[in-house]
Formats: sequence, structure tokens, C-alpha cells
Amino acid sequence: MVQNSSEQHRPLTVPEEWRSGVHNRLTEISTDWSSDQDAFKNVPWGKAMMWIFLVSDTFIFTCFLTGYMTVRMSTTEPWPVPSEVFALTIAGHHIPLILIAIMTFILITSSGTMAMAVNFGYRRERHKTALLMLATALFGASFVGMQAFEWTKLIVEEGVRPWGNPMGAAQFGSTFFMITGFHGLHVSIGVIYLSTVAFKVWRGDYQSRGYEIVEIAGLYWHFVDLVWVFIFAFFYLW
Amino acid sequence: MEHVEAQQHPIGLYLKVWLLLFVLSTMSYMVDYLEFQSYLRWFLILLFMILKAGLIVAVFMHMSWERLALKCAILLPPLALLIFIGLMTMEADFTFIVRSIFFGQ
Repeated sequence: MVQNSSEQHRPLTVPEEWRSGVHNRLTEISTDWSSDQDAFKNVPWGKAMMWIFLVSDTFIFTCFLTGYMTVRMSTTEPWPVPSEVFALTIAGHHIPLILIAIMTFILITSSGTMAMAVNFGYRRERHKTALLMLATALFGASFVGMQAFEWTKLIVEEGVRPWGNPMGAAQFGSTFFMITGFHGLHVSIGVIYLSTVAFKVWRGDYQSRGYEIVEIAGLYWHFVDLVWVFIFAFFYLW
Repeated sequence: MEHVEAQQHPIGLYLKVWLLLFVLSTMSYMVDYLEFQSYLRWFLILLFMILKAGLIVAVFMHMSWERLALKCAILLPPLALLIFIGLMTMEADFTFIVRSIFFGQ
């Protein structure tokens, strides 16, 4: 009888041949999330915090882009054509959207150098890491410089203001300055952040502590690039 | 110090993704340069955008090597934003209709 009841109360187990990848992953995630402060295993706390900050930043940028979508869909005035507004005449050729395209390539290049910096950080080659981070920061600074040029051209030559512009719907200016301004602020902060960490890497501050800080700074920088992918698609191309 | 080997991947992978991002950016620029319009334009813009975003998050931000617990905690909450965007689409359509009626356009 005793044996029989223990047989009945044996915990439910899945036969070995039923254990799929999905089952193993579900076991993994329920075990991870049942372990209180150790929920994110193999992830340093600074990295988890950076990820959570980036999620909150995702919500902020999505709110801006959704606000832009709402005013663009609901206006009865024609929306200015971004392809023409952001065109440049270089050496006599009228090229649509060229400055924005160059800015996109610069930001992607900077993401590449940042990924390399993280890699060399974990290889503990601190001088290469610092130089690659510095290169990333310089690409970022040149991006902000081009943005300043773009803003100046728009304000001075095209007469775009947050409350109106000669090309069409008044909301164009307010959403443009808000979204690209907030993104530019992120890039500027990133340049300062990366330069600071690069200096400390060069000095050897992380030789004993490890180089996770480079990966954490890298997460922030890649996120700035990620946001630009969405701004480029929705504001400039749409 | 036990995390030293944590996110160590071959440099060749980063270079390939880097190159792919360049190609995808060029293609999304060509959408504008070649003046594709309407649904083809919107489809291509979204396609290249999602591919670029996916590559950045998966490889550059190392998300594909993280455990499922972190993946879910980071990637699932933003899905709520899709509902918000859907609601705001309805709101914008409504505002547009009201404006069209009252401004007589």
C-alpha cells in the first residue's frame, strides 16, 4: 500500500524521448526566474541594468515616433516630401537624401568599430580597445556635426520652425526637431560616455576588474544606432 | 574574472554582419533613390528596417547568445507598444475624418 501511494504521488515527469528543445528551454527559463536575485545568470548586474534602461528608452522613442505617426496621419495639409527637403546639391548634382544616407553609414561604421572594441576588450588588449572606442566616439561626433549642419540648413535656408514651414504641414518641424534632437542628444551623451570609458581602459583601470564595462557601453552605443534605423525608415524614407 | 570569456566571438562574424548592414542600408537608400512608391515602398522600407534591427540586436548586442530569461525580459515588453501603435492609428484616422468634415476638404 505504501509503495502504491508513493507510486501515485511520484512527480510528473516527461519521458526522455518527449523532451524537446522547447521543453528544455521552458525548464531553463522557469528555473532562472525562480532564483530571485540570480534571475539573469552569467549577466553582470551593470549589463542587466543597461538592458532595462534601454527597454525604457525604447518606450520613449516609440512614443515620439507614434506621436509623429499620429500627427502625420491626421493632418489635412500635405506632408513635406523628406526626399526633397533633405536633398543636397553636390558638385552640380541634385542628390536626394544624400546627407542622411552618409549619416546612416557613419553610424553603422561606428557600430562596427564598437563591436570590435568589445571583442578586443575580452581579449584583454586594452590599447586596441581604447583606440577602437575612441574611433567610435569620433564617428559619433562627426554624426552630431552633420546633424548640426542639417538643422542649420533647415532653419536658415528652408525656414523650418517647430510651429510651421513653407513646404506644408506645420507638424513636420515639431516632430523633426523633437525626434532627431532627442536622438542627437543620445549620440552626444554616448560620445562623452565612450571617451570616458576609453580613457580609463587605456589607463588600465579594468585590468583587475574585467572588461564588461566595454560591452555595457557598447550596448548603449548599438542602441543609438538601432534607434537611427527606425528614424531613418519612418521619418526620412516613409 | 570568470566572465572574461563571456561574450567572445570570432571577429569574422562581426565583419560579415557589418558588411551586411552596409548592403541593407544601401538597399533602403535605393528605395528612395529609385522612387519606389506606395505598398512596394512601405514593404521594402519595413523589410530592410527589421533585418537591420534584428542583426544589430542579435549579433552586435549579443542577444542571440543570452539565456532565454534575459531575452524574454527585454524583447517581450516592447510588444505592448504594437497595441499602442494600433490604438493611435485608429485615433489618427478618426481625427482625420473629423477634420475633413469640419474643414470641408
